[in-house]
Amino acid sequence: MTHAAGQSLRVARPSALVRFLHRHEGWRGYLLMAPALLLMAAAIIFPIGMTLVMSTWSLSGYDMVATPGLGNYTAMAEHPMFRVLILRSLTIALTCTAVTVLLCYPMAYFVAFHGGRHKAMWLIVMTLPFWTSYLLRVFAWKVVLGYEGVLNTGLIGLGIVDEPIAALLYSQTAVTIVLAHSWAAFALLPIYVSLEKIDRSYLEAAADLGDGPMKRFWRITFPLSLPGVVAAFIMMFVPTVGEYITPAMVGGPDGMMIGNLIQAMFGPMNNWPAGAALAVVMMLTIGLAGLVFVVLDRLLRR
Amino acid sequence: MARYTGFHAPNRTLAIYAAVFAFVLYLPILFIPIFSFNSGVYVKFPLEGFTLQWYVDLFNREPLKAAFWNSVKIAATVSLLSTVIAVPAALAIARYRMPGKAPAVSFMMLPLVLPGLIMGVALLGLLNRLGVTLSLVTVTIGHMVICLPYAISVLLPRFVGFNRSLEEASADLGEPPLRTFWRVTLPCNYPGILACMLMTFTISFDEYFMAFFLSGPKSTLPMYIWGQLRFPQDFPSLLALSTLILLFSFALIFTSLRLSKVGQTAQTGAQK
Amino acid sequence: MISVRNVCKSFGRVQAVQDVSLEIQAGEFFSLLGASGSGKTTLLRMIAGFEAVTSGQILIDGQEMQDLPPHLRPINMVFQNYAIFPHLNVQDNIAYGLQRLGIAKAEQTRMVGEMLEMIALPGYGTRKSSQLSGGQMQRVALARALILKPKVLLLDEPLGALDKQLREQMQLELRGLQQRLGITFILVTHDQEEALTLSDRVAVMANGAVIQVDTPAGLYNRPANRQVAGFVGTMNFFEASLQSDGPSVSAATAGLGRLPLKLDPKRYGKSMLVAIRPEDFTIHASPVKGGVAGRIAARQYLGGRQVLYVEVEGRASPVAVAAPANRTGDPWAGAEGQPVWLTWPADAMTLLDPD
Repeated sequence: MTHAAGQSLRVARPSALVRFLHRHEGWRGYLLMAPALLLMAAAIIFPIGMTLVMSTWSLSGYDMVATPGLGNYTAMAEHPMFRVLILRSLTIALTCTAVTVLLCYPMAYFVAFHGGRHKAMWLIVMTLPFWTSYLLRVFAWKVVLGYEGVLNTGLIGLGIVDEPIAALLYSQTAVTIVLAHSWAAFALLPIYVSLEKIDRSYLEAAADLGDGPMKRFWRITFPLSLPGVVAAFIMMFVPTVGEYITPAMVGGPDGMMIGNLIQAMFGPMNNWPAGAALAVVMMLTIGLAGLVFVVLDRLLRR
Repeated sequence: MARYTGFHAPNRTLAIYAAVFAFVLYLPILFIPIFSFNSGVYVKFPLEGFTLQWYVDLFNREPLKAAFWNSVKIAATVSLLSTVIAVPAALAIARYRMPGKAPAVSFMMLPLVLPGLIMGVALLGLLNRLGVTLSLVTVTIGHMVICLPYAISVLLPRFVGFNRSLEEASADLGEPPLRTFWRVTLPCNYPGILACMLMTFTISFDEYFMAFFLSGPKSTLPMYIWGQLRFPQDFPSLLALSTLILLFSFALIFTSLRLSKVGQTAQTGAQK
Repeated sequence: MISVRNVCKSFGRVQAVQDVSLEIQAGEFFSLLGASGSGKTTLLRMIAGFEAVTSGQILIDGQEMQDLPPHLRPINMVFQNYAIFPHLNVQDNIAYGLQRLGIAKAEQTRMVGEMLEMIALPGYGTRKSSQLSGGQMQRVALARALILKPKVLLLDEPLGALDKQLREQMQLELRGLQQRLGITFILVTHDQEEALTLSDRVAVMANGAVIQVDTPAGLYNRPANRQVAGFVGTMNFFEASLQSDGPSVSAATAGLGRLPLKLDPKRYGKSMLVAIRPEDFTIHASPVKGGVAGRIAARQYLGGRQVLYVEVEGRASPVAVAAPANRTGDPWAGAEGQPVWLTWPADAMTLLDPD
């Protein structure tokens, strides 16, 4: 069988641009990433920059006075309300995150170690509620926890209590419960991922060397899963600090968080500079928390 | 002596815990559909009677329909644009060595860890100073900023796992990069891309924070719901609406997640 | 036909390919042989265009190609994992590269049919790629590349995933194909037997550099250094120190005694290596004049042949000596411990620099 001489080997020299891009794959990559990068840069840097600037402005009547000053920040330092609010927000967020991480750990463990063929199913089942409307989930809790709500009327109906439990709704407890429920998926997934990654042969080796199940857990599984726990902590802490819908719907005056104040400032109270300053404080808090967790993570990796 | 049931024997306590956990997770959500069929106006036990009136009532509300279509328009636009921008970005991250790639990617993922409140007010402040009037367009922009990181994180594992030599083979056989994408990358990864579109659609459709801050006179569906919460006699109608939205979102996300699994097996077919 | 001139490739601080220069002739079967990490695959990918050169030139038929993206280069490649498109059937896979050439559908079908005959898979056109075995996928990958009638075909360890029987069969088929078609083949492999069987010339690579380019016989009989000698086939190395009294030069070897040599003493340093292939030794059961005495330490029976390990004085490890084995009258069965004498022809010694 003969094969006639095939394609011509004379190739036209491509443009300088094509040659450059072939030589430098880094540039090729950034070119493809450019729209996304530019959009995010514009959408993150400028707005946040603006917020920082705006936080130094002040209010005069209905207009903003664009002269920089630290008025808002000094006001925050002086009025105890702000400190209380910030502290309360942090407390709620921390408690809520801690409780959720604790409760989600066994669940993640179950799916990672006992999920078997149905692991993917379990994951979908666990994360599905999270993908639905946040508003509706909080709303659902409002329905459940209300004075005449589902839980109370159910408990009365079953004869467990004689009167509705007032503290269920419009309290810090309510906020904590609802936040825990809303953001559980954020805590669940990182823990699951780190548990899943643990090489099972470590456990088999330990068993071979004489460790029972509890010991294996505490000596091997738990330490190896700690990076995931830290990640879960921060992934959940951050959004909970910034919450305002949940406190507004189920918190009442007692459960008000810093987010509510920010929203009020940009809304009815129309004091944008003050709102911006509060937002900056919130960002700093989150940044600080993030730093703590990154340090923790580094320490753990060693 | 305890019977040895195997190294990773099913743990009864843990299984019960898991079941309870799942139950508690879904319980509040399940009450919504239950009470949407309840003929009583107040949401409490005992249930009074079965009715579909709350559902029927929904179709008579003009503002609701307007809000619904606004949400659909925004979500469709956001879904399309986010995916179109995220696909090349995810390809680049998966394939190329780039200096400063890790910090750049972390930067793009930032909205995932910033509370929606912060993003919302920050964008609002900027747009206001720029003199941009708020409208559905500004909401769309806000949503894209949130959806893009999700889009990239859905697409990235798929592209990383995608066999690069398939694209190289296509190039080797003479196809320029765009045609390689069209003839090989896209057909082999369409489940992932579809999943990305469904996910971003759902996120945008359900999103409240940005919509609240960045919308003008026209409102989206979540905003409509928020507004209606002030009227207790409308509660059951809201429940009916919520049920429909829940079913819709569930279906979309379920399909999206199943598509992600389907993509898995199609890819590994070439490598034996 | 293909000129590689001073090509270097570095990934960050790692130098994968260091200053490689090669000239590959038209119509030859050329192999790049080396262990993993030797840079051979990187070099192939640079010729194909999937990696850009850090410096240097690659010329194909006199035209500079190192700046061209792969889809513009007139060469085709068969990938290690075949890279068969999973979403297309066999016919569409093979015809993939024809689409942009604007060839009519009917003509495409005819060409694919011809290809299928050539790779001995007639009628497989409508099969899905998931229904193919490893060997079949490899042939489809070949057909897909060859249908474009390239002048150069690159092969990246194409037979690595196949089992031994299939591999040897495919080796013969590949060689036959290349000779029939007259195309230049460049093959990358870590299997030295494969390289020796198939190639007209082989370039041995290690640590990103080409150590020796030669015909298979040349590599085997005249290895340039210890690395090549040890890599291609088995070799016995004897440390030796050079001694010259007046006009005569000899080497005092560890194990083989003192050997007179005809060589230029200035060419070699004080110490060197004498290398002798196992099959160049003749082993005798009774004393031989000029032979080296030893004792059989172990015997390795390999079917049609055997390797006898002979301990000699002055050398720590035994010398490997190849001897034939046959069914009738195997003189070496149970010969462990027996004293023997070794002789070898003078021209069977290769002198190498110690590394």
